[in-house]
Amino acid sequence: MSFFSALIVAVLFSVGVYLLLQRTLSRIILGLALMGHSANLLLMVVGGRAGKAPIVGAFGPEDTVADPLPQALALTAIVISFGVISFLLAIAYRSWVLTQNDEVEDDVEDARIAQLGEAEMRRWWSRPR
Amino acid sequence: MFVLILAFGCVAAVLPALAARIGRGVFYVAAAVPAAAFIWGVGAYGQIADSGPLIEQAAWVPQLGLTLGLRFDGFAFLMLSLVAGIGVLVFIYAGSYFHAEPIIGRFAATLLLFSGSMVGLVLADNLLALFLFWELTSITSYLLISIEDEKTAARSGAMQALLITGMGGLAMLGGFVLLGEAAGTYSMAELLARPPSGAVVNVALVLVLIGAFTKSAQVPFHSWLPRAMNAPTPVSSYLHSATMVTAGVYLVARFTPAFADYSLWRPLVISFGLASMLIGAYRSLRQHDLKLLLAYGTISQLGLMMLLFGVGTKESIFAGCTLLLAHGIFKAALFMLVGIIDHQSKTRDLRKLDRLGAQWPVVAAAAGVVAASMAGIPPLFGFIAKEEALGALGETGFAWGVPVLIGVVIGSSFTVAYSARFVWGAFGPRPVSMIPHQGSVRNEAVGQQVPKPSKMFLAPVVVLAALTLLFGLFPSLIDPVIARAYASLVGVRAEDHLALWPGFTQALALSAVAIGAGFALFWWRLRVEKLQDSMPKVASAQRGYDRTVKGLLEGADAVTGFVQHGSLPIYLGVILLTMIVLPGVPLLSDGVMPDLWFADSPMQVVVGFIMIVCACAAAVARRRFAAVLLVGAVGYGMAALFVIQGAPDLAITQLLIETLGVGVFVLAFRHLPADFVRPKFRRSQGAQIAIALLAGVFVFLFTLFAIGARTEPSISGEYLDKAYSEAGGNNVVNVIVVDFRGFDTMGEIVVLAVAALGVAALVRAKRSPAEVEP
Repeated sequence: MSFFSALIVAVLFSVGVYLLLQRTLSRIILGLALMGHSANLLLMVVGGRAGKAPIVGAFGPEDTVADPLPQALALTAIVISFGVISFLLAIAYRSWVLTQNDEVEDDVEDARIAQLGEAEMRRWWSRPR
Repeated sequence: MFVLILAFGCVAAVLPALAARIGRGVFYVAAAVPAAAFIWGVGAYGQIADSGPLIEQAAWVPQLGLTLGLRFDGFAFLMLSLVAGIGVLVFIYAGSYFHAEPIIGRFAATLLLFSGSMVGLVLADNLLALFLFWELTSITSYLLISIEDEKTAARSGAMQALLITGMGGLAMLGGFVLLGEAAGTYSMAELLARPPSGAVVNVALVLVLIGAFTKSAQVPFHSWLPRAMNAPTPVSSYLHSATMVTAGVYLVARFTPAFADYSLWRPLVISFGLASMLIGAYRSLRQHDLKLLLAYGTISQLGLMMLLFGVGTKESIFAGCTLLLAHGIFKAALFMLVGIIDHQSKTRDLRKLDRLGAQWPVVAAAAGVVAASMAGIPPLFGFIAKEEALGALGETGFAWGVPVLIGVVIGSSFTVAYSARFVWGAFGPRPVSMIPHQGSVRNEAVGQQVPKPSKMFLAPVVVLAALTLLFGLFPSLIDPVIARAYASLVGVRAEDHLALWPGFTQALALSAVAIGAGFALFWWRLRVEKLQDSMPKVASAQRGYDRTVKGLLEGADAVTGFVQHGSLPIYLGVILLTMIVLPGVPLLSDGVMPDLWFADSPMQVVVGFIMIVCACAAAVARRRFAAVLLVGAVGYGMAALFVIQGAPDLAITQLLIETLGVGVFVLAFRHLPADFVRPKFRRSQGAQIAIALLAGVFVFLFTLFAIGARTEPSISGEYLDKAYSEAGGNNVVNVIVVDFRGFDTMGEIVVLAVAALGVAALVRAKRSPAEVEP
């Protein structure tokens, strides 16, 4: 398989991860969209080499035919990732309506636990031995 | 034997319902089951005399080669008669101890379940079955200690017992597995007949011993036993003196003939046993709660039994068997006595109890007999057991024999002192102790006008007291049973015989020394208390347990606080790094590189280059819609790549979806500000870029190796052949989606429908004022 298609898969995934790690909800969703593209392309690339479309009558007995099975898988994956992205967008929209904020804040409960834990840790280390 | 064990469970299942009808009569119904077990045991005892041990086997998990083996031999009979015999008495006793409390159904059922588990434990031959019953006794013990669950002390005591014995049980399981694997069999009889060797066996034995020590409350794991005294007295009398706590001793007794010569066995068992004997007895001298006094005494006696079996000479094993039976009899009776006192006078504090003996001569006489048996005073069964023990330890032939013997004599004198303290404290005049009262407890005398216990209440104690006297006077009655237990452990006939009067021996002299010193300790008890008070406080096991539990909880808090920081980017970063590192390492070491060429076609390079540029631009875009459009462009690029790949269906789908997707993005973002908020923390950006780059490299390598990993041709040749002939379609991808893999598509449609429902609900939901108000 071609070196270049693997490179596209990798760059899309890498940029997707970068966006996923941001605090802005819209960028996180964009990152997920890119990661979805990357995964779909991965399916195709891993599935086999390029060839004629797998349509009966469109290829002759001598032609290389593209593998239809990963295509069917990728087809499903494209549609599902669209469903997921739409749902996330609806959540982002709802979150904006309620809080007028597009930022992912730190979880308040978790932060409280972390504070307690840090206090325990400090006490643990400062305890006279 | 299986039927016997199942009977316990079946009867236990109906007891709660029965208790609602007949009240505490339920205890007498329950008593029938251990009685049946006892009768069965006596019958089977006759059989094993003729034809050797009874063995029953049932396939348990045949796929794993697990058989549930039960084995009934002489030692099992000794234990069974303790478990079942004392069981009957405890149930009868509980019938008077309880009134019409609502818990009695639950209590009787759990106690019967315990009884059944204990019977299973002593009959089990398969090590894993033994472990199963062992844990069942731990769990039923937990339930029984906390049966009065409104009491905090009962709950925490139960938890402590469960944690400590459970921890030991797990260690023991590890030991069993190591032993079983080393020996190639999980049958205890086969394992002991041909013990495996090697370093792993020593590790296994240490683990097994941890299990035995925790179960038998040996120092330093003993702290749970005094806390378990929060249980109702029938439980203390049955589980925590006569049966369950001897399970560890039972295990050591079974293992010692095969493993006593292994390097770690004797040092470990003897040192822990001796330490428990001395520390338990010493602490017992300080107790003013009669029940705690007995609990520490039990730790001490269990230590002596451990030690005797651990020494592993023929005489000491014989003595251990004798003491096991003698201890079961007198300790169960003593606990029952405490229960009677507690029940009638509402206190078990020996500083308050005053001249109960004058009113209850029968009770006092029974108490005198069983306590004297514990102290090892002739002509009682306890005396014979202690004589055997001192005799056996006097002739071990080991260099450490003498110091151990001296330790045991000191421990025995403590035993005499606390036995006297028990009897005098409960039935004699005050003052027995000068330990100050704490808080508002007044030092009032209790002893006048205490109602007499009913005959039924007292009967079990009298039976046990009679037994300890009978076996003491006529040891030949019980001698064959001990001899057979001994023979089934060691494999040869016993040469020893129990005798009340063995002649003037070293053991007799040592006994006399211990008794004399014990009474002296008791006579100067107030001075002894002062001396104990002046001793420096050493680490207590209870504090050790509390610290451990607290440390675990605090440590868990600290770890949770550290890893659960509350920041989404950090969580995702950790997950992504895990994803990169864990599969990445084997990938680099084992991956196969495929044959590579640069690109499939020039068009692929052009399109791919545009996609890469757009994606990178989307990453740095500051304007929201710019980012959306750039990601959309990447999507259209995907469509172009699909065309090059030879996938027109995908290209069409991708085009449609991408167009729709950009529309949805625009709809969702149209109210949001045009620019992204600038990130607050610039310094985290470096980490983000690093993780993103690492992920990119990982996915790149993964893609290449995934291509290289292909070993078989694709299975889709069949699809290509049959698409038209069987499904009537030319487009193979379409045929796969709607026909060959139709159910997948069905699932996909369901996912989309659910997502659509969610989107509709979220978008149409009204602004909730309550949520928006600051």
